[in-house]
Amino acid sequence: MKKLMLGNEAVARGAYEAGVGVVSSYPGTPSTEITQEIAKYDEVYSEWAPNEKVALEVAIGASMVGVRAMSCMKHVGLNVAADPLFTASYTGVGGGLVVCVADDQGMHSSQNEQDSRLVAISSKVPMLEPSDSEECKEYVKQAFVLSEKYDTPMLIRLSTRVSHSQSLVEVGERKEHVPKDYVRDMAKNVMMPAMAMKRHHYVEKRLDDMRALAEDCPFNTVEKNSDKVGVICGGIAYQYAKEVFPDASFLKLGMINPMPSELILDFAKGVEKVYVIEELEPVIENHCKVLGIDVIGKSILPNIGEFSVAQIKKAVDGGETEKFTVSEAVPGRPPVMCAGCPHRSTFYVLKKLGLIISGDIGCYTLGALPPSSAMDFCVCMGASVGMAHGIEKARGREFGKKVVAVIGDSTFIHSGITGLIDIVYNKGNSTVIILDNSITGMTGHQDNPTTGYTIKGEPTKAVDLVLLCKACGIDRIVVADPFDLKGFEEVVREETAAVEPSVIIAQRPCILLKSAQMYPARVITDDCKNCKMCMRLGCPAISEKDGRPTIDATLCVGCGLCVRVCKFGAIRQDDSNLKRLAQGKE
Amino acid sequence: MSQNMNIMIVGVGGQGTLLTSRILGNLAIAQGYDVKVSEVHGMSQRGGSVVTYVKYGEKVYSPVISEGEADIILAFETLEAFRYIGYLKKDGKILINTQQIDPMPVITGAVRYPEGIIEKIKATGARVFEVDALAAAARAGNAKAVNVVMLGVLAAQTDIDKDKWLAAVEQTVPPKFLELNKKAFELGYSL
Repeated sequence: MKKLMLGNEAVARGAYEAGVGVVSSYPGTPSTEITQEIAKYDEVYSEWAPNEKVALEVAIGASMVGVRAMSCMKHVGLNVAADPLFTASYTGVGGGLVVCVADDQGMHSSQNEQDSRLVAISSKVPMLEPSDSEECKEYVKQAFVLSEKYDTPMLIRLSTRVSHSQSLVEVGERKEHVPKDYVRDMAKNVMMPAMAMKRHHYVEKRLDDMRALAEDCPFNTVEKNSDKVGVICGGIAYQYAKEVFPDASFLKLGMINPMPSELILDFAKGVEKVYVIEELEPVIENHCKVLGIDVIGKSILPNIGEFSVAQIKKAVDGGETEKFTVSEAVPGRPPVMCAGCPHRSTFYVLKKLGLIISGDIGCYTLGALPPSSAMDFCVCMGASVGMAHGIEKARGREFGKKVVAVIGDSTFIHSGITGLIDIVYNKGNSTVIILDNSITGMTGHQDNPTTGYTIKGEPTKAVDLVLLCKACGIDRIVVADPFDLKGFEEVVREETAAVEPSVIIAQRPCILLKSAQMYPARVITDDCKNCKMCMRLGCPAISEKDGRPTIDATLCVGCGLCVRVCKFGAIRQDDSNLKRLAQGKE
Repeated sequence: MSQNMNIMIVGVGGQGTLLTSRILGNLAIAQGYDVKVSEVHGMSQRGGSVVTYVKYGEKVYSPVISEGEADIILAFETLEAFRYIGYLKKDGKILINTQQIDPMPVITGAVRYPEGIIEKIKATGARVFEVDALAAAARAGNAKAVNVVMLGVLAAQTDIDKDKWLAAVEQTVPPKFLELNKKAFELGYSL
């Protein structure tokens, strides 16, 4: 039966059909749905781990005892998991081990645009790259087989357009994988220098064996058409190139590491001109050039951003697509914090106090955008805490009093906690604000160790952030509600002034959570003096109509932030809207 | 069908572009076509500009539609129609919901919401159909049903049976919201 499936859903299906037993991941766009889909299969143990390193280690452990295991993450998550990945490359596997990594060409939802194919090459882990949902399913199934046959972890490279596009998939049945009896094998699985050196020799031999496989495998396919133009490509770029070069011959590389040589040389010999179409880094192109093939690639197409069919066409033959044009600039529509988002209040206070804000990764990174514009730095998951400490150590205690780190609950558990330990251990004085909205927000509401629920929604122990910070050696811990603007401001003033490290837990659930409390919508009354203070909050429910601010009752959740900033008491509860509230959330 | 059909749905995060594209995807499968539907999740869903693509035909390669390639654009919001008009094929058509949702730069006063967008789009020579989908959605019982109203409007302009459209709606929409969405579809269909 053929079904329309997201690439991510198809990856999950492939793993399921391959008999995967354990899946551990950390959410990250565009990879998140893989593990969410896996969680729907009762035959598979699945979990959200605190971060990608732990997730991969869980999968490695499961693999070591013979069970097929998988770990999924976004490209930057693979950096976090790089340490176990590079050495699991040496140990190899017991049960098949597959690591899915979703790149984000075009940075739809990421802080950089790194090319994970380079990680495959440097970690010497073989990598397959599907170009649509059917291939996602099939490649993942095959990856488990190859993993066991060649004693190696396998990487599956996805990208936003593969992960988040739906195409037709032939769904099959699950075949249970029966693990072999566990036998201790220190030479293979305990990576101390003497053992690891032997395994490094094995890894190099394995790459040679797999190079031979790459010459003749179902992943690397030749479509023989015109002998004038040949195109070498893989992944999503194949789909674009097929539209740009309908008559060309194609060499589609589904195995991106290691790459074949003879196959490419043969293909290139059969055509007059060879294009390499690949987004981001010239990985295939460089391989071709080492083989002495004169290919056209990055000389006409950038290594920045994602491609479009029109862009490739233009680069190849200068052809412009006919289109409608308007002459005036169209105002942008950047993403915004939701109406009723607790982060808005937090950033309102931080901006008012003129603090230097060391930011982090999550919905709250939107605090950097106007009108809040309240963020100085944002680098990677967990970095806000360590950076705040570095700032204080670099510029001294007084300067440090103007600095706060802001980090979400899930991000804090991911890798902010180690930064906090550094602050305590090395006698820092930083103030860390944990934005505890009781969920992993930006990736679409995943539970995490602080929420008290597992990926399957089963109740579990929740990490107590107060006790955790206390155990790290923080004596000043304040739990505060950011909706209480005055109280919250007072807390931030006190904690930044203190000459010891402190943690403020800004506690208020994400407004999109079913458990979050909604209040009657607010309305702007005739007492309004049109100062437009409420409009500076950047609430999507407040806009200007006929020169005056007005509240859209369908968007307002009654958080009351505008009521609190209005100096004239002109904003009140809209009782006509109580009915909507009674109906509850959709 | 000799050439693929390219449909773009543009709107604001939260307007249900994803659901609409999935209904269209299921409709195309029921016709026996190869189908690709592309969406973007994450950051851009937070009230930002959202685009989804539906492509179907004998064989679909790229899941994404480039500039000048869309046969149909369904615009759930006027400014978004303006933003993506360059994606419309010369002989394509754009269905625009006349609703206006201020983006943050307009709310903060940094820029003004452009005036006369629909006239300006018409002036380019594009085929434009204006729809007050918000009013119809409100009549259906929920202002958020704009997406399915627009789908009804589109359905009335195709030669695909209404029953098949309704079957695709039924297949895609959660049971809880089915009645509302059917009503919204009918209202759009008869606009």
